[in-house]
Amino acid sequence: MALQSLDIMRRSASPTPAPEARSPMEVAKLIDVTTCIGCKACQVACSEWNDLREDVGSCVGVYDNPIDLSPQAWTVMRFEETEENGKLEWLIRKDGCMHCSDPGCLKACPSPGAIIQYKNGIVDFHQENCIGCGYCVSGCPFNIPRISAQDNKAYKCSLCSDRVAVGQEPACVKTCPTGAIQFGSKEDMKEVAETRIADLKQRGYDNAGLYDPEAVGGTHVMYVLHHADKPNLYSGLPKDPQISPVVKLWKGMLKPVATLGIAAAGLFGFFHYITAGPNRADEDHDEGAQQ
Amino acid sequence: MKEKLIQRYSASERINHWIVAVCFVLLAVSGLAFFYPAFFWLTGIFGTPQLARILHPFIGVVMFLGFFIQFFRYWHHNILNREDVKWMKSVKEVLKGNEVGDIGRYNGGQKGMFWVMTLCLLALIGSGIIAWRPYFAIHFPIPVIRIALLVHSASAVALIASIIVHVYAALWVKGTIRAMVEGVVTHAWAKKHHPKWYREMTSKK
Ligand code: SF4
Repeated sequence: MALQSLDIMRRSASPTPAPEARSPMEVAKLIDVTTCIGCKACQVACSEWNDLREDVGSCVGVYDNPIDLSPQAWTVMRFEETEENGKLEWLIRKDGCMHCSDPGCLKACPSPGAIIQYKNGIVDFHQENCIGCGYCVSGCPFNIPRISAQDNKAYKCSLCSDRVAVGQEPACVKTCPTGAIQFGSKEDMKEVAETRIADLKQRGYDNAGLYDPEAVGGTHVMYVLHHADKPNLYSGLPKDPQISPVVKLWKGMLKPVATLGIAAAGLFGFFHYITAGPNRADEDHDEGAQQ
Repeated sequence: MKEKLIQRYSASERINHWIVAVCFVLLAVSGLAFFYPAFFWLTGIFGTPQLARILHPFIGVVMFLGFFIQFFRYWHHNILNREDVKWMKSVKEVLKGNEVGDIGRYNGGQKGMFWVMTLCLLALIGSGIIAWRPYFAIHFPIPVIRIALLVHSASAVALIASIIVHVYAALWVKGTIRAMVEGVVTHAWAKKHHPKWYREMTSKK
């Protein structure tokens, strides 16, 4: 549902600008992977607040449960075991929408108002306008949106836009028992991250750093990673995420080229007709035919 | 004096053609709506945008099957020969309304159009199936779907531009529409535009 209490920055498939008078503060959620204990309280809080219930699955031998994001699971913890510097490390990452500044889903979506980017940075899906084409799935560099088999609508984390609109933090932030998830202005979150990263570096994590990928304009969900040089370790977090060049071509260059091509065909016909005139088979041809 | 007519398309050929044509219009309308945000309102023709998205691929399958039959009806009439090359080289003269070469059932332009349409239809059905939700897209990896979406839009644009030329040619050359509506053309039409075909048709009798 459209949340009019939040200012809109961009709407899918809407070429004219959104209202521009007000420019509220950008927010961000900071997930400190190095503090997370993988208790999944945030998953439960998400399910609780958003009224989502994924079907009970079966154990597949790892802690991941549910095993993947779905229309009923907007955030999942991903567990990865890896060896770094000769030590076993258990890396746990809370996966979900990153709320990109330049969202690939919104770029790809053909339905006006199905995807909204608020000025505070939240990217939200408005299912009432969704047509179920799945273009957003192709647009997303993080493989986040999921189309429901029940209603053919796209779903993903809303960063609790309903809570944020009334001055509250997202449900996952509120519930995290270790304080691994924090929420505030993007500026503040960067500062918090900075302090934490300095701390990690002191403790021997030389490559500790903030994950706020530039190619998508930065994100409004950021990670503090012990191995920021190898985000791939964290269950395949992309190192340099960007909107696929194929999608950029499809949603970019192809449009003017298509307009030109179709218009050229139409205009050619029109001007040819009014200059060269119709092509008639004359009577004398017919007479000749009758010999 | 009664007009002398030649049968060019049988009833089944005409029905086949118009099924494909109607499908094309519906597909182009909904497709352009998905492609251009400014044309999204065209989805309203189908009731709601959701219905347009659901129907588009099914109509596409009907169009493909219709075209498939047409392909086997006409492919052997559309093999390019030397006359066609001559025709294509002198297309400027043709556009002035002066016929070039001893043209059979189809001229170089029509044959070229036939093969362009065939290629577009193949690209459209292949990419369309890959991107078809909820039935098929779930079985393909996302990077493949991305390429399919690009190929689908690009070949659709090529087909739309080609069909504009196809329709215009039929409007420009008077007496052509009749071939696809009533099934017949006049002797004058055949003699002027398809002299070789005209000789074949008249000598048979
Ligand atoms: S599935 Fe819905 S949200 Fe996703 S691109 Fe299509 S219309 Fe937009």
